[in-house]
Order: sequence, then C-alpha cells, then structure tokens
Amino acid sequence: MKARLIQVAYAGRSIWAVLTALLCASVLFVIAGADPIQAYVTLFGEAFFDYFGFGATVVKFSPILLAGLAVALPLKAGLFNVGGEGQIYMGALFCTIAALFLPFLHPAIHLPLCIAAGALGGAFWAFIAGWLKAYRGINEVIVTLLLNYVGINLVSYAAGGPLMEEGAPYPYSPEVPTALHLPYILPPTDAHAGAPAGLVLALCLALLMRYTTFGFAMTIVGNNAQAARYAGISVEHQILYAMSLGGALAGLAGAFEILGLKYRLFHMFSAGYGFDGIVVAFIASANLAFLPIAALFLAGLRAGAQLMQRAVGVDSTIVDAIQGLVVMFVAASLALRFSDSRWGRAAAQRRADEALAGSKELKHG
Amino acid sequence: MSYLIIDGVSKSFGTFQALNEVSLNVARGQIHAILGENGAGKTTLMNILYGLYRPDKGQIFLDGEHLFLDSPADAIKHGIGMIHQNFMLVNSLTVAENIILGLGQGLKRIDFAAQHERIQTMSSEFGLEVDPGAPVWTLPMGIRQRVEILKALYRNASVLILDEPTSVLAPGEIDAFLEGLKKLQNAGRTILFITHKLEEVMKVANRVTVMRQGCVSDELEANKTSPRELARKMVGREVAIRIHHRSREPGARRLQLQDLVVLNDRGIKAVDGLTLDVCAGEIHGICGVDGNGQRELGETVAGLRPLISGAISIDGMEVGNQSVKERQRLGLGFVPEDRQGTALVLDYSIATNMALRAFDRSPASRHGILNLGQIAQDALRLMQRYDVRARSPQQPVRFLSGGNQQKVVLAREIDARPNILIVMQACKGLDVGAIEFVQNTLVDLKMAGVAILYVSTELEHVLEVADRVSVLYRGRIAATLPIAQADNEHLSELMSGISTEVAA
Repeated sequence: MKARLIQVAYAGRSIWAVLTALLCASVLFVIAGADPIQAYVTLFGEAFFDYFGFGATVVKFSPILLAGLAVALPLKAGLFNVGGEGQIYMGALFCTIAALFLPFLHPAIHLPLCIAAGALGGAFWAFIAGWLKAYRGINEVIVTLLLNYVGINLVSYAAGGPLMEEGAPYPYSPEVPTALHLPYILPPTDAHAGAPAGLVLALCLALLMRYTTFGFAMTIVGNNAQAARYAGISVEHQILYAMSLGGALAGLAGAFEILGLKYRLFHMFSAGYGFDGIVVAFIASANLAFLPIAALFLAGLRAGAQLMQRAVGVDSTIVDAIQGLVVMFVAASLALRFSDSRWGRAAAQRRADEALAGSKELKHG
Repeated sequence: MSYLIIDGVSKSFGTFQALNEVSLNVARGQIHAILGENGAGKTTLMNILYGLYRPDKGQIFLDGEHLFLDSPADAIKHGIGMIHQNFMLVNSLTVAENIILGLGQGLKRIDFAAQHERIQTMSSEFGLEVDPGAPVWTLPMGIRQRVEILKALYRNASVLILDEPTSVLAPGEIDAFLEGLKKLQNAGRTILFITHKLEEVMKVANRVTVMRQGCVSDELEANKTSPRELARKMVGREVAIRIHHRSREPGARRLQLQDLVVLNDRGIKAVDGLTLDVCAGEIHGICGVDGNGQRELGETVAGLRPLISGAISIDGMEVGNQSVKERQRLGLGFVPEDRQGTALVLDYSIATNMALRAFDRSPASRHGILNLGQIAQDALRLMQRYDVRARSPQQPVRFLSGGNQQKVVLAREIDARPNILIVMQACKGLDVGAIEFVQNTLVDLKMAGVAILYVSTELEHVLEVADRVSVLYRGRIAATLPIAQADNEHLSELMSGISTEVAA
C-alpha cells in the first residue's frame, strides 16, 4: 500500500519539480525586494482568476499547447522536434498566402483552406527533417533546430518584401479579410477559437495514439525500432508521419496566431512559442493528456508576468528565470524513476519471488 | 618450465558455474591455443587472467610470481596484455594517439615526432606495419587489430591474450594475421589465443587446451594431434539424445533458398552462396558454430536484412524483395534469435506483445481501431494454452523469465497459423522444462504440416527435433544429412570445417 502511494507520488514528479522550482524562485523575488507570496498570488490570481487576465492566458495557451503537441507527438516515435518555432513561422506564412491570394471563395471554404495551408506549411518544414532522418540518418535535432532560423528569416523576408503592405512603417503584410478572422470566445478579450480547437486536437491525438493502429505503430517505433521492423512496420514511413504531423500542429499554431490574433503576418511575430512547446512537452513527460494542463500553467505564467510587474514592481523577466528553473527541475526529475528507487526495487524483487514461488509450486504440485 | 600457470581456477555467476577447476600451463615464447565452443568458459578464463573478474578459487603464477590481479591495470603492470574481440580504440584519434592514450604524460608536451618514430620502429620489428598518423576510423579491421596489439606491446606486454581475434577479420586478412602471430612468437612473446576454429589452431599453435562446459577436457601438443581428435574433444561425450521422433511423410517444398548472399553489419559476407529447402511437415535443423551466418540467414529470410543476391521463394513464389508484412501474409513465421531486442518490446504488456505482428488485422483491430478487449482476451487464451506464467496479460514482458518470454514469442508466431516457421536459437537460456515444452510444441506443429527451419548452435537440440540436419559453415551449407545418418562426431567435424561433403 505504502509502495503504491509512493509510486503515485513518483508518477506526479513533474508537479513536485514545478513546485520546487517555484519555491527556489521565491528567493529571486526576495532578492528583487518583493514578497514572494504576494508576487505568486498576484501572478496566478491575475492569470487564472481574473476575467481579463484569464483571457490573456487563453491567448497564449493556444500556441503553447499546439507547439507542445508538436514536440510530444514525434517524441512518441522517438524523435525530438526542436523546430516548432520555425514550423510556426512557416505555418503562418502559408496561411497568410492562402488568406491573401485565394480569391472569391466563400469564407466557409476559405477559412478551412487557410487553416489547412498553415498545417501544410508546418508539416512541410518538419517533413524535411523527417525525410533526412529516415533515409539519410541525419540527426533530426540538428536539422529542426537549424530550420528554425531559415523559417524565421523566410518570414522576415516575405513580410518585408513580396508580402509587405504598401507604405507600412515596418515589415508586415496586409490584413487578412475580416471574414476569415477566428471567432472570439471570451469577449472583449483577445481569446479566440484557437484555444478550444487546440484542446479538442489534444484529446483527439491522445485517443489516436492510444486506440488506433496508427498510434500503436508509431509508439512501437519509438520504443524499439528493430521490433517495429520485425512487426512489419515501415520505420521510415512512421518517422515521416510523426514529423509531418508534429510540424502540422506547430503550423496550426502559426495559422491561429494570424487568423485569431494578429490578422497580419509580422516579422518576428512569435514570442518563442515553439521553444515553450519543448518546455511544456517536458513538464507533461510527453503525455498527451497532461499536455493541456502543462500548457495552461506556462501560458498563465507568461500572461501573469505582465500584470505582476505592474502590481508588485518586479520586472516581468523574472518569469523567464522561473521558466528556466522549471525546466531544470523537471529535467532532473525525469532521472528519478520509480523502478530505480528503493521501493521500486523492492516491488520488483517481490514480483520475482512470487513468480519463482509460482513456478516451483507448479513443478512440485 | 612453465612461464604462466593457472592452477585450479573456478568462477561462478549466480548459480551458473562458468569455470570449474581449470588449470593451464603455458611455456614462455609459445603460442598456446584455447579451443572450445561458445559458452565453454574461454573468455571468462581470459578475463580472470586480465584482472576483469576475480576467481572464486585458484591461483595464477607468472614467471614464478603469485599474481593477485584486481584490475586490468594490474595485469598490464605484470606484462599481460589483452586484445578484446571488440576493439577498444578511439576512432577519431590517430594510431599513435590511441597507442599512447592513458599513459599518464602529465602536463608535459607530447613529442609526437618521437612517438611516431618509436611506433614505427616497433611495428617494423614485429611485422605489424601501420601508419602512426592515420586516424583509426579510416583503417580496415585487420589494421585496427594491429593497433590493438601494438598498444599492448607498447605497454611491454610479454603475454598477449587474443580473444577470438579472427572473428572480426575478412578471410583475406586471417592468413596475414596468423603470420603476424608467428613473428610475435619469434620476438619472444607468449601468446594465448582463444578460438573455436580448428584450422587456425593447427596452423599456428604449439599447444592446445580444449575446454568444454567450464572444464579443461584436455591439453595436447598441436603437432601430435589431429583436427578430428580436437573436434571430438571439443564437442565431448556422445550426448544421450531424447529424440522426439514422431515423423511423417514430408509434403511439398514450401521454402526454398537458392545461392543466398548476405552481408553482416560490418559489411562482410556472412551468408555466401547458401542453398537449402524446407518441406511441409518436416523440421530442417541447421547446426553450426555461432557466427557462421545464422543470424544473418534468419533475418534475411524474414525480410529484416537486404538480400545481396540469390533467391528466396515461398511456395514457388519469389519473395526476395518483398516486405516483412508481405512475407508474413504468405504464411512465414519468424522467431528471432534476439528475443529482447527484436522479438519483444520489453516495456509493453504481454497482451500488446502478443498482438505485435497482427495488430493491424482482424480481430486485433478493425478499420484502424484497436480492439483492446479482444487483444487482452486473446492474450489470456494464449497464455493458458502456452503456459505463460504471469499474473495478468497486462504485465510488462520485462518482468517475465526468459522461458516465459520465449513462450510469448512462440505463442504469437504459432497463433498466426504459419505455413513456414523459422526458429532461431529457440532454447537459448531456457531451463530443461521450457526446452522440452518448446521442442514438443515445434514437433506438434510439424506433425500438423508446418515447414520448420530450426537454427541452433546447440547440436544436441538440433538432433533432438530435426528430420534433416544441415551444417552451416562459413555462410554455406557444408552438408545435409537425414537424421538417421547424422552422428555427433561427424557433424562436429563438419561444423569445424574439417571435411566438406555435398548433400546426401
């Protein structure tokens, strides 16, 4: 019974890690001359229990969640996609092009097309890394990381060149038609339909991975590629699927940013959501069902930071430090495994003894 | 006068006795071969001599001095050097850097010109030509081995232990290597040479110690023995064979392999012109010393390894380029040698593993949706039928014993109702009861008309179940005999490559 409880405590180790990180960060508040308790109350109070604050949280929740899925899904196939940021930019670029240059369509057709274009842009960017990994054995971490810069700069070029609005003071595109704007969900805040869409997608993907042959094949590849080959699964194809699907999710994040919030393609428009996605996937240990919770936490942290700065007088960049601490503690907690602990070893020993006793009984009996 | 004496050394791992009262006398300046099958204890003995393991019992003397070796560093200090089967080289460094690596130069600048010269002198003295400035990754295996030997010589090794040195070499490199050993001997070094290849022993060794099941079965002068005698001592006593001989008239030819050529992971030909067939209702046993192409053969037929040339046909249909899935669809089952790395996903449950190869077909799934209830139910049925001992189908296979893991694999493969089943090393690591169970299951399957290719390095097991026996030697079939004409001694000679005879 005790071992069971401890096992549960181990399963929730990300939560302990986050709490420990917040505890350590309170030292930073003290150094900055603020009362940490008051700071946290303001931070999370504003982010989650204030209508406008929560609206701001939801605005950030949508891209962070989708970027988190873009990391967590390829991770199921054993691939580490750190290219979410570039894929967000490519998704936004494709989406903007579809919104501005597909003429004379009814919005009910045009809007889904723009969203699909965004997903396609992200998928295309990740597919490059997937193909190189599957057929040339090139490390996907390096390729996705470097493609981030290519994607970001392509958007800077487009927003400052061919797509730039005439007479704009700095690089941005013309506004997408109003008919294509995503509906608001918490008026009058900026929160848009991207957030519920992301939630539904997270749920669908969790079900997809758990209950379909598609998800089954992908997780086998992530667990043991040789066994996957033996099971008749094409490891190369699964790598392509996993990367493309992950990229599509990040691309969606980019599309929703354009259609739901910015309405224009700006250069450097993303606040590093692609990298936040990595943090979120880590906190949720790549568990698709926990991912929305982790994404909500980080979105709240980011949204609350601004409000806290005004109320408590601590610079909002302290949140970057908190995020750094969270990453460090979560990463450290991943090294703690129940099976390696004293209790886990005892449980394994007991199981082995039982099995031995069982087989002896059967032999003698 | 013996230079190196190993006296009554025993070593066990858990309940497994790897060495039992092993004694060895090696004269100075001799090439002393240690011959035995896999698992005979050769490598354990050498690891003790190199300070990697401590013996439970027994003593080691070198040049009259009683040695207590706690680590390889101790062994090196006493002039014992070991060349492992897997080279211990840093591939990105040069030959010279590898050789002087770890010799504690402190903060002093290394004079590479002088080191290169010294290595050059050494290598020409011993006939081990290498370029000291070449990065190791650019060198072929044979040259890397020279670097390993030079590394030991540079540390003033007077006794060199070589663990299966020829197993990593291409055929052309072996003769040059054996010549090199003689040069080392002429330069006054004592060499312990572990092998399971008889012809190498006959070519270079002065004395031979034959090991079998952790004991020394004999020690002889190489020039006063014959390969035939060595083979007999290596395989040992006549085994009391419990033949499960229920046989039936074999049916049509189901699996046909024609002139297969396959490369191993290092790109060397592992299967080289192999031809054989398996008929319905027969077990075709393949015996042979490990490393003669067994693994590559199985993987190629199953579709996991590319076929370089030759033809594989199932019921007359060429499948050499077909996917694993397609071959499965044609009725090919495969029990791989690497149970934990290939056949199972250890962190998955028994149920999931049982569905591993049929998850995308009914009844495990329909229209892409897994039927988890059905999978669990089928797993429970198979667990009962094949006597898999576990608490529930949801238990991860990691926690099962080797025998139960093998039953999971067999249950899955047999439940797919194969027409042809390839079984690799089916009984490796299993206890007597589990072996009996596996063998009975296979014979039942054969009686039901399945064509079975049974590949094992354990001759006794092959003889127990097979209807026909083929000997695999250097990637091809040395001979095929009906079970009635297969005797232990003859087969073990064929396995050692002494005589080759064409299929009867």
